[in-house]
Amino acid sequence: MSEAAITEVAAAPEAYRWEEDPILTVEHLTMRFGGLVAVGDLSFNVGRGDITALIGPNGAGKTTVFNCVTGFYKPTEGRIVMRHGAGRQADAVDAVTASGLRFRTSANGAVFLLERMPDFEIAKKAKVARTFQNIRLFGGMTVLENLLVAQHNPLMIASGFTVGGILGLPSYRNAQRQSIETATYWLERVRLIERADDPAGDLPYGAQRRLEIARAMCTDPLLLCLDEPAAGLNPRESHELNELLKFIRDEHGTSVLLIEHDMGVVMEISDHIVVLDYGVKISDGPASFVKSDPKVIAAYLGVDDEAEIDIPEVRKEVAAVEREAQEKGLADTSLRLPEGGAE
Amino acid sequence: MASDNVAAPTAETTPVGAQALAEGRQTGSKPLNIEPFDWTKALKSSGQAAFLAGVLAFFFIGMNADIAPGGLVISYRFLALLYAVMVVFFGRLLLETFIFHAAPALSRVIASVVFVLVVVGMMAYDVPGTRQLERVLVGAGLGLAVVAVVYGVARWRNNASRRTRATDTTESRLAWLGRAATIVMLLVAAALPFIITTFFGAKDRQILDVAILIMTYVMLGWGLNIVVGLAGLLDLGYVAFYAVGAYSFALLSTHFEAIGFWTALPLAGMLAAMWGLVLGFPVLRLRGDYLAIVTLAFGEIIRIVLLNWYDFTGGPNGISGIPKPTLFGLEFTRGEGGFADFFGIPYNTIHRFVYLYYIIFILALITNFVTIRLRKLPIGRAWEALREDEIACRSLGINTTNTKLTAFAIGAMFGGFAGSFFATRQGFISPESFTFIESAIILAIVVLGGLGSQIGVVIASVVMIGGIEILRNLDFLQRIFPGVDPVQYRMLIFGLAMVGIMIWKPRGLVTTREPSAVLKEKKRIGADLVAQGEGH
Repeated sequence: MSEAAITEVAAAPEAYRWEEDPILTVEHLTMRFGGLVAVGDLSFNVGRGDITALIGPNGAGKTTVFNCVTGFYKPTEGRIVMRHGAGRQADAVDAVTASGLRFRTSANGAVFLLERMPDFEIAKKAKVARTFQNIRLFGGMTVLENLLVAQHNPLMIASGFTVGGILGLPSYRNAQRQSIETATYWLERVRLIERADDPAGDLPYGAQRRLEIARAMCTDPLLLCLDEPAAGLNPRESHELNELLKFIRDEHGTSVLLIEHDMGVVMEISDHIVVLDYGVKISDGPASFVKSDPKVIAAYLGVDDEAEIDIPEVRKEVAAVEREAQEKGLADTSLRLPEGGAE
Repeated sequence: MASDNVAAPTAETTPVGAQALAEGRQTGSKPLNIEPFDWTKALKSSGQAAFLAGVLAFFFIGMNADIAPGGLVISYRFLALLYAVMVVFFGRLLLETFIFHAAPALSRVIASVVFVLVVVGMMAYDVPGTRQLERVLVGAGLGLAVVAVVYGVARWRNNASRRTRATDTTESRLAWLGRAATIVMLLVAAALPFIITTFFGAKDRQILDVAILIMTYVMLGWGLNIVVGLAGLLDLGYVAFYAVGAYSFALLSTHFEAIGFWTALPLAGMLAAMWGLVLGFPVLRLRGDYLAIVTLAFGEIIRIVLLNWYDFTGGPNGISGIPKPTLFGLEFTRGEGGFADFFGIPYNTIHRFVYLYYIIFILALITNFVTIRLRKLPIGRAWEALREDEIACRSLGINTTNTKLTAFAIGAMFGGFAGSFFATRQGFISPESFTFIESAIILAIVVLGGLGSQIGVVIASVVMIGGIEILRNLDFLQRIFPGVDPVQYRMLIFGLAMVGIMIWKPRGLVTTREPSAVLKEKKRIGADLVAQGEGH
């Protein structure tokens, strides 16, 4: 198990769901781009049925973690385990890791090693869906078509890998009708049913964000990864987003992992928060714990007065950096300091 | 990573900005340039245009290479050069008054009258004598026609700038018109051989041959449309699959007695599809321009292999004696057991051409039918999604490698069918028929027609292939412009027309995309929203 996670949890009184029943476990994840360490030895869990928020200042490596989890980057080191079915399934995880296979299904679930899988397989088999920070809709296709593309894999099987579809077999027509029903369901959910036949590129920004979430949900995921879903939304739209995410968690049992800067959203809906800074985890726990964690406050607000923070290592680092800055002749010593990333 | 972590909303991504953009799209054209008209400025810009035309035309029109004893000599045609410069100068003046600026009526009339007089003068001056009156009348007609076109465009522009978005009724009426036009075109195409034999008795063979050629390009265009229009993969070597199809049939039929056109057709399609996969594998990881270059190289490699593998393909000598297609074993020959004999009608060579026409017509219809079906299937939607955003596709669990490969293979298969038809029609093939220009023409048909549009491909093929043939046969122009052979200028006219279309309709003739699935009401999607994919 990840040591970092254990030490964090030791501080809290009870055992959390993400410890007991994690759907996703990231272990010792390191991602280097040349000499730059974007993520360094990161470990955390995402609880089944939780909304987990990944937060941190700009450039902390959150999107890199997302890209590793969803297969868009191959991590330099580390293991990313996705579990279908309850429990930690430790034996199965070890067995798959040793076997060199990408995943293994058993009677009570399945275990996927995401770092070994290509991106499309992660979405298709491990059932991890994602959205993007800069919205990636199929702008020239209608809203409905966007949601049908998301149901590509089941429709492909129903169309007999195109052969049955060309011949016009009834089984495909039924599957198509069903997929339109699924799409309609989600369009009603995100209040876009009126615009189903409009091109996605014509929607206003907030609607595009909602459509991207609906599209990800149409892949029928077990874990939904959202990259800054509230960016650019007004307060009313943020509130709607909260309701939508709660609905997804409560009614669909889909676990949610989100990156977010809007603390209103994060604190209100998150069951579990992981804080990154300079690619390293600096805090991990429920919202109440993270909110008052001095390291988090330091990372977000910067350190003006070292007396405010009563952690010896931090104070030492602050002093070291200030000294260095003065040597270089920098007048402004109240720079934001890399507490977490310095070790 | 580090820097793209910030989602600072830009003008485009804020709700207000996006809304403004969307509204801007809906209202359509930009407001007219309402800079006041000024004679000095207009004359100055006309002078500049005329100077530029003079420099360019000096080489194109002013000089002429003639065959003389002992080689070529250059002769000069200063009068023609002067005419070209004058046309540009006064034409530009006409544009200045009507289109670039909203000039007062008097200025417009002056510019028009001067233009017409100049054209008449040019026509009349050149060759004195017999046809003087006719030439003056033609000159006046030409001048007036140009003025009328310019006036029409100005009127249309003026209305367009005032008009807001077309109402629903006009949209549905347009859709209905489009459907009606499609049905009429289909019926005309189905009855074409009979129309031609009835009305063009003397030249029926020639015209039917052009119709077959156009239909071949329609089919090739539809095949390439799958790769370029739907999947958005720019393929500059499509002719390679055409060649594979043609050589497959030619080689199979010359080596094996038993194989005729109808047995070879599916085999040729399969072989071409296989080569599509072979090409697909290495190019899948390439994007944009690199993809275009590698497909171009592939097209050339196939042609050069055909040219140099003498033992197998006959090299530059090609393959001759390729069998003609039969109708259930009936050959289109004179005498016993032939088609005419069997049905008891007098033998006529046209029968074979009519039959060839129907073969390619049905093959093209199959291509069209399959493409339309595929668009409504998950694979077709995945192609279009791939064109829109490949990364999003992967995040939705679509195997982009396989999706691209199927696009290449299916596009190649139709190219192979067309190729084996080409071989049977010609009876002789050689690598010369499969040069890069063929790929370029097919691609031009797809691009001019509008990427992804089936009817656009038809219109573009008729205009491009038929247009070249018409320019070849413009005898009547010879009578009006003696000494000028329009045939020599056909590529120039053709190029100008293409430039014109690209300026006027940069996204092709048919620019809207039809959605593949509809919940309540079918709305066509404007081209500005539709992505073009790799390498455009």
